[in-house]
Amino acid sequence: MSAPFLEIDRLSVRLRRGGAGRLLRQVSIAVAPGEVHGLVGESGAGKSMIGRAIFGILPRAVEVIEGAVRLGGTDLFALSDRRRRRLVGVTASLIPQDPLTALNPSKRIEVQMTDRLTKILGLTGAAARARALGLLEEVHIQDPARVFRSYPHELSGGMRQRVLIASAFAAEPRLIVADEPTTALDVTVQKQILKLIAEMQRRHGTALLFVTHNLGVVAKICQRVSVLYAGKIVEQTDVATLFAAPAHAYTRALMAATPRYDRPDESLAPVRPEVIEALAREIAASDADWREARLARGEGRA
Amino acid sequence: MAEPRAIHRRLNVRLWLGGSWIGLLFFCAIFAGALAPHDRLAQDLMLQTLPPAWIDGAEPGYYLGTDSLGRDILARILYATRPALIVAIVASSAACAFGSLLGLMAGFFGGWTDRVISRLVDIWMAFPPVLLSILLVAVMGPGLSSVIIAIAVIDWTRFCRVVRAEAMQQRRMDYVDSAKAMGYGTGRIMAREVLPNVLPAILVLFSLEMGIAVIVEAILSFVNLSISTDDPTWGSMIAEGRSIVHQAWWVLVFPLLCLFLTVLAFSQFGEGLKERFDPVMR
Repeated sequence: MSAPFLEIDRLSVRLRRGGAGRLLRQVSIAVAPGEVHGLVGESGAGKSMIGRAIFGILPRAVEVIEGAVRLGGTDLFALSDRRRRRLVGVTASLIPQDPLTALNPSKRIEVQMTDRLTKILGLTGAAARARALGLLEEVHIQDPARVFRSYPHELSGGMRQRVLIASAFAAEPRLIVADEPTTALDVTVQKQILKLIAEMQRRHGTALLFVTHNLGVVAKICQRVSVLYAGKIVEQTDVATLFAAPAHAYTRALMAATPRYDRPDESLAPVRPEVIEALAREIAASDADWREARLARGEGRA
Repeated sequence: MAEPRAIHRRLNVRLWLGGSWIGLLFFCAIFAGALAPHDRLAQDLMLQTLPPAWIDGAEPGYYLGTDSLGRDILARILYATRPALIVAIVASSAACAFGSLLGLMAGFFGGWTDRVISRLVDIWMAFPPVLLSILLVAVMGPGLSSVIIAIAVIDWTRFCRVVRAEAMQQRRMDYVDSAKAMGYGTGRIMAREVLPNVLPAILVLFSLEMGIAVIVEAILSFVNLSISTDDPTWGSMIAEGRSIVHQAWWVLVFPLLCLFLTVLAFSQFGEGLKERFDPVMR
């Protein structure tokens, strides 16, 4: 396997005024070109936080306390703000969670798509238009010229998500972060969009970090997967191993809580309190180790 | 199908009626010289307090009568549209530019910037606006520019508050994050991404503010602090008319009616704009 394009190396973030607790606990993820890495976990586990850290769009109240994010070997946190924005803008793009608010309501699709091509590839005028129209065709939009002229509110949610996917792939980024791209959509549309993202990813050979809370989705499109709980990766493995022999009790509990079409009569098991208690102990222990190590190095507040 | 169409028609009435009156005002202001039947300043003591044309004792050619110095009221009302519109446009633009800029910054940056600007607005709004404007004009001396500055200085807070709230709402939208992720700088995001989405609110407020500016100008004229020459303004005409209202009501009523209709037109035009924009933007 080729060298990873995205490397997140022991990344920890916390609230600026939140005491000693961390929102991400030494998260490490590597994604190679052409690889799809799934990031699963329940709400509030910190899935989106990881994506946001890559793009430098963490909420104001959150700060990175240690670790590195490398794109193609370059440490983002070591760059000036300007150079970081440039590198991230050119090499990575984001498919956001909510297609309803991810397009600027006051601009035509044409303007929003060509703006990106102009900014990142330096294309202008007819060249940018032609490329944008080609991309809309690539995401199976029937009438690209009409969509091109539309304002976002004139398009359906699924249509907007297609436009966003086309936009994300527009400037041939090396990495795409898809932040629950199907959550805000109708169930019927979810499947199409999922297929489309996988298809585009394969065709363009992009590294894809796919954030979701849906294990079924992970099984369909990912090669590797990280299971996140309370900002800590509790299991990281390839997808086949995860489903064949989940190592962590929490992963097994998550799977038992997922509805399966092939076993419709099976009742779903909630995640049992023992599992959560064990997790809490595991996290508390790793927190203690981490704190001790930091104190030993003479850094950070205790 | 019938209902949406009915709603649509009602919107247009507001927009069109308000817009027509405003258009008429502009027409009068530009062509006041050609439209006015008499010199706005010519006094004729033989023609004191003539009633309007449809009342017994009227003099032909003086359609709205004359004031206590024999000056033609129609001519004075027509000429008075000039200072009214200049104040409305210039003062509102200044208040809008300054208030919107601060509001955009407060809403977009939040935190520290927001706290400083918001407290400033709170303090500003604690002053009684009319007293503050009278004070300002008294200090700067009467004149058109003083009136304009006074209005801008008082009313920027209105823009600041609304634009701040709108910008805060827009800032949370994913498209702002997307723009950041694409590597755009803050200035560009504020000007090219957020501002266009706040613009409808600014436009509506601008229209309302023009009406308010006309009223404030009239209030200042009323207390004799506006444009100090003989040139008529609606406020000064109302002030003059007040003392003889029992003998000659028309001296007071006609400029008052103009003022009333103008303020109403601006506010209705603003409401019309708002409803016109709302279904598209929300």
